[in-house]
Amino acid sequence: MTTLPTSTDKKLGLVIDLDTCVGCHACVVSCKGWNTENYGAPLSDQNAYSGAASGTFLNRVHSYEVQPADKPAQLIHFPKSCLHCEDAPCVTVCPTGASYKRTEDGIVLVNEKDCIGCGLCAWACPYGARELDAEEKVMKKCTLCVDRIYNNNLPEEDRQPACVRTCPAGARHFGDLGDPDSAVSQLVAERGGMDLMPEQGTKPVNKYLPPRPKDAAPEFDVLAPYLEPVATDGKGFVGWLDKALSALPGGAK
Amino acid sequence: MHPAPSVIVFTTFSGLGFGLLFWLGIDGSAPTGWIAFVFFAIAYVMAVGGLIASTFHLGHPERAIKAFSQWRSSWLSREGVAAVFTLLIMALYGAGLVFLGAQWSLLGWLGALGALATVFTTSMIYTQLKTVPRWNHWTTPALFLTLSLGGGALLSGRVAIALLLLLVAAAVQIAAWYFGDTRLKESGSSLATATGLGNIGAVRAFEPPHTGTNYLLKEFVHVVGRKHATQLRLITMLLAFAVPIAILLLGVNHVTAVLAVLSHIAGVLCLRWLFFAQAEHVVGLYYGKR
Repeated sequence: MTTLPTSTDKKLGLVIDLDTCVGCHACVVSCKGWNTENYGAPLSDQNAYSGAASGTFLNRVHSYEVQPADKPAQLIHFPKSCLHCEDAPCVTVCPTGASYKRTEDGIVLVNEKDCIGCGLCAWACPYGARELDAEEKVMKKCTLCVDRIYNNNLPEEDRQPACVRTCPAGARHFGDLGDPDSAVSQLVAERGGMDLMPEQGTKPVNKYLPPRPKDAAPEFDVLAPYLEPVATDGKGFVGWLDKALSALPGGAK
Repeated sequence: MHPAPSVIVFTTFSGLGFGLLFWLGIDGSAPTGWIAFVFFAIAYVMAVGGLIASTFHLGHPERAIKAFSQWRSSWLSREGVAAVFTLLIMALYGAGLVFLGAQWSLLGWLGALGALATVFTTSMIYTQLKTVPRWNHWTTPALFLTLSLGGGALLSGRVAIALLLLLVAAAVQIAAWYFGDTRLKESGSSLATATGLGNIGAVRAFEPPHTGTNYLLKEFVHVVGRKHATQLRLITMLLAFAVPIAILLLGVNHVTAVLAVLSHIAGVLCLRWLFFAQAEHVVGLYYGKR
């Protein structure tokens, strides 16, 4: 049934550090590479070598500019994939039972043999985490590399999602967010990890670590406070020029 | 949202078909013989045709049978169950009227309830989506139900009831537009909440994740045609409601009745196009498209 489990034994998920991410898109490439030749249908591309290329990706990196009121603008790279929500709206809307959330670890998966490709789960997801593959006509989404994390044929260090394994900046972390003592939970507690669109009520498992506050440039000249950038008490010729320019139509007073 | 022709055709015609079935079901003196055959044929062509059209947008229509399984949680599944139940019951009821001249009223009422349930479950597929604040509102089921019942009354030649219901449906549509235009803003979702970066400062989408387009943009971030929304809304009001109401008021004969029905159908197609094309999915926020 596509009803959600009331609770899951584990809450496996990702913690993504927006302070550390450099926006290199290596996670996008490794995700596509692993998932196109492993679990489920491959991730197709359309018109890959034309000017109008498009394709299925389970992970995409946006970039946002944030302009604080009184500080320089910041550029923040923003990887986004399935958040494996506790109240996953994509699961309950599925008419066939293809979408489900696993009781043992909370991973949200699609049984592609049951998927009719109606797209309603993608409509229900606020995050754009599900994409209907244009070639295979089934819904694709992040599996948290379920075929890596439990795979005893892989060396132990490779038993984590491809995106986490490949991130050169260490901006992606994988673990059990249901266990308050796990490394990822500690990281979330320490850095104030946040939910995306909490008002949608999806209770995402994946957390995002906000960028750390930026340093302010220290004042290096002890006399600087005494140097007003605009002179308000011009005298003589400068004073006359100031008054004369102000008197012109549209002149600054 | 992408206004897929298959879904526009489906919601328009199956709404009308099930509306007609509703009135045939509760009719105390329902037509019999050939007249009943014509009415039921029109209702079934619309209802079943609409349902078949809806399978055109499926990636794997050959697995559609599986969609009847999840009625406990899924409105789409419930819709399928309600539609098939109604069509089976009304086929029996219709067969009685057409071939035996017998009216099995209990079946008729059961089928009428099923028709209402089908239209309601269709509307709930859209209403349930918190991700599309414009649809996530009481006006969505109200509009689907009044349009279906009004259109069904028009098709079945119930002049007074059709007049009343079309007026109500027009009012509900105006209310849906009035409330709908501010729903995204009121939902509280913005680029600030989508990224969680709003407490640092004003957030602006700087660079999209890809140079081309993708499924998400095609499906959820439809922008073409919003430009002419006001004109299309006027055309909708004119064709779906004003023209049929004027014809009903001026008195109907067979020719003007057909004109009223055709105008209404054209209007509802336009209305449904707007229903999809104007619906803003919150995922558009991530792309700076809202």
